[in-house]
Amino acid sequence: MQLKLRIWRQKNTQTSGKLVDYDLDGVSEDSSFLEMMDMLNEQLIHKGEEPVVYDHDCREGICGMCGLVINGIAHGPKAATTTCQLHMRVFKDGDTITVEPWRAKAFPVLKDLMVDRQAFDRIIEAGGFISVPTGAAPDGNATPVSKAKAERSMDAAACIGCGACVAACPNSSAMLFTAAKLGHLNALPQGQPERYDRAVMMVEQMDKEGFGGCTNIGECEAVCPKEISLDFIAAMNRDLLRGKLTGKGKR
Amino acid sequence: MTTTPSAPPVTTTIPVFTEATLDGKVPVGPIEHVWDRTRFAMKLVNPSNRRKFKIIIVGSGLAGGAAAATLGEAGYNVECYCYQDSPRRAHSVAAQGGINAAKNYRNDGDSVYRLFYDTVKGGDYRAREGNVYRLAEVSNAIIDQCVAQGVPFAREYGGLLDNRSFGGAQVQRTFYARGQTGQQLLLGAYQSLARQIAAKTVTMYTRHDMLDLIVVNGRARGIVTRDMRTGKVEAHLADVVVLGTGGYSNVFYLSTNAKGCNTTAIWRSYKRGAYFANPCYTQIHPTCIPAAGEHQSKLTLMSESLRNDGRIWVPRKQGENRPVEQIPEEDRYYYLEEMYPSYGNLAPRDISSRAAKRQVDAGLGVGPMKNGVYLDFADSIKRLGEKVIRERYGNLFDMYENITGENAYKIPMRIYPAPHYTMGGLWVDYYLESTIPGLFVIGEANFSDHGANRLGASALMQGLADGYFVLPATLPNYLASTKLDKVTLEHAAVKQALDNVESITSRLLNNKGTKTVEEYHRALGKIMWDYCGMGRTAAGLETALKLIPELKAEFWANVRVLGSADDVNQELEKVGRVADYFELGELMCLDALQRNESCGGHFREEYQTEDGEAKRNDDEFAYVGAWQYTGDDNVPLLHKEPLVFETAKLSQRSYK
Repeated sequence: MQLKLRIWRQKNTQTSGKLVDYDLDGVSEDSSFLEMMDMLNEQLIHKGEEPVVYDHDCREGICGMCGLVINGIAHGPKAATTTCQLHMRVFKDGDTITVEPWRAKAFPVLKDLMVDRQAFDRIIEAGGFISVPTGAAPDGNATPVSKAKAERSMDAAACIGCGACVAACPNSSAMLFTAAKLGHLNALPQGQPERYDRAVMMVEQMDKEGFGGCTNIGECEAVCPKEISLDFIAAMNRDLLRGKLTGKGKR
Repeated sequence: MTTTPSAPPVTTTIPVFTEATLDGKVPVGPIEHVWDRTRFAMKLVNPSNRRKFKIIIVGSGLAGGAAAATLGEAGYNVECYCYQDSPRRAHSVAAQGGINAAKNYRNDGDSVYRLFYDTVKGGDYRAREGNVYRLAEVSNAIIDQCVAQGVPFAREYGGLLDNRSFGGAQVQRTFYARGQTGQQLLLGAYQSLARQIAAKTVTMYTRHDMLDLIVVNGRARGIVTRDMRTGKVEAHLADVVVLGTGGYSNVFYLSTNAKGCNTTAIWRSYKRGAYFANPCYTQIHPTCIPAAGEHQSKLTLMSESLRNDGRIWVPRKQGENRPVEQIPEEDRYYYLEEMYPSYGNLAPRDISSRAAKRQVDAGLGVGPMKNGVYLDFADSIKRLGEKVIRERYGNLFDMYENITGENAYKIPMRIYPAPHYTMGGLWVDYYLESTIPGLFVIGEANFSDHGANRLGASALMQGLADGYFVLPATLPNYLASTKLDKVTLEHAAVKQALDNVESITSRLLNNKGTKTVEEYHRALGKIMWDYCGMGRTAAGLETALKLIPELKAEFWANVRVLGSADDVNQELEKVGRVADYFELGELMCLDALQRNESCGGHFREEYQTEDGEAKRNDDEFAYVGAWQYTGDDNVPLLHKEPLVFETAKLSQRSYK
């Protein structure tokens, strides 16, 4: 395949960036999107130009490290797919492909297509856990968990923390990410003691990081590579309301 | 002893080589009581004194993350480093199938003893008994811990934990969370770690690459890191250093590891005096998607759990051209079921991988490049319905379709073995301490528990065992029983380590070469795969030992790295890692060459039984081979730790 690439190049957080055009020929349709980017980088190095910086790691769609906005869509045109799992057979010979970084105030660009997502870690640190010291656990079968609850919890826990939800949201909201962690832990009996504290503390941190609010647009759900449902946001809002009304989240 | 700027240079801190054999320090006594008694015998650190000790942990996966969370909670002053942008992305995240434990919830005959026995046997009697028994012993507590953290394990309708089977066992002892068990266990450890970061007992350094170990007066006292955002190279000091930095399968270039997984932390520690044990023990996982062409940057694993319901076969005759659905039953060769009737498609990994290689080498391979075997779900779909199969493996089938464009509900998957896990690693004693006092090594980075072959669902078990339970028990003993000197950043050893990193960087950056890092890595990977992969021979290994130094010399003279050291520079990150792979690759070949036997994943074609199975030589090779670095231009020295099997008696491994 022959492609026209328009790629965001930006030296660092302080400077502004711009789209730069590249032509790339001989791309195999069996290669992944990132392998296509590798190919471009190899050619750039041979020409003496600095390669394009982008984050990636497992290339199996599970670590959540990669994430590019491809033709305006976070993780590209294929539903339920991370950038690394997107393969070139979804494009056509002669296509023009625009590649940009996640764009959100809370995710500053570090270089080219690489952004800083530490805000997500701080949301988890605010309460996205169950407080259990190592070694203090009862037998794994001591508390039965219905299959339905375990499955619902797992649906939310599948979140890989890539940030596509934020990149896709016109408000740059991190509601789906936060709601997924709450949906995971609050669905389980083990998560109940801290349930409302967790909701209040995580949402407060989310606001502090500069993410926007949710206006039920649903772009996040549409781009989520793990198909995490908007329903979790509704559930989060219920827990948040109850937590606020009962004065939770003050530790 | 006080430290002064005139302290001896670091290179002299390498332990003096002696002819004495290496001692794993497993305490004597009945194996089922050893760990309990050891825990009592070891010294403790008083809770109020713990915060005075600084612990550096490198790596944030199941081993490193669990250790950082646990030691932070215990009250130590912990610093944790990872190269990813978040500890949640460590490559443990990619483990799919499950985690073993001896719970015997299925009442099918499991026990701590059986898990221990299966693991020793699965490792082809090349692991240390005492360590493996302890691993089996703590396995149950891991499941309890993870459930309490909120890991959403699969459940039965009655609400209790579900289990599945894995290779090399006849009991159902594997706990799982869909096809994302590693992810969920890692999130459990990560969330516990996040809690400690919030409590300020752990300071997290993300996007930091460890580039050297600081050894002062023979003890590990710190690390040198590069901040991958700014390029800043810095020394960090501590009372003890823990490496949980994973394995080195990427030496093969194409592997199932994440692209960033690397050997640099353990390799540069080896060059500071830590022995490297059994580097040639590598695991080639039988169920990966075959390579599709030259552009391939990595290989993707399809969980071993698929072998619960998939049947592996190839056409009986060469040149089979009929579409797969038209090949009648009698022309299909279900080779694992025929060769190993009692384990069938669940034969251990090393055996299944070699069997697949034999079929492809015999010209029976399938797919456009004739480089795979079929993993066929048609019978299971007929028996259980597509819905059940989708429930069990949906995400894996989706991933397969993404990568190959084929629908495995309709036509069989194509699979082929790929490098996946490395049983070798830094040598540690029973207490997980390396040959450098104060340097502890956990998880895949050490060599200790899997012998020459790791069983499925045992990596997660070992990582978490080390991180949650073993290291937090043994590390305080070191701190409580050691008099540590005060070390400052002005120490000569610190400067020497910083200079070492600086010199490697400037040498590689200022090269105005003509070939890229990737090109050299691919070329090295091909040598390793051809000569030190699934089948090895003395002649082949000797060839590799000629080819690697030649390519290495060319690499240092001709590799091209653009950009600067004071900026995000992914090529610079890569080039240092590849430089280390060259050296490690040589050591792997050397180790494979000295081990004149076949065992587990190490298959020397000269040593096989009549039906092509690995033929061990227990009289001469029942030892751990641990290598000591002696300088870049010298041959490393081999130390031997004899392996004694008092509980699980040595026997020919059979899965027939």
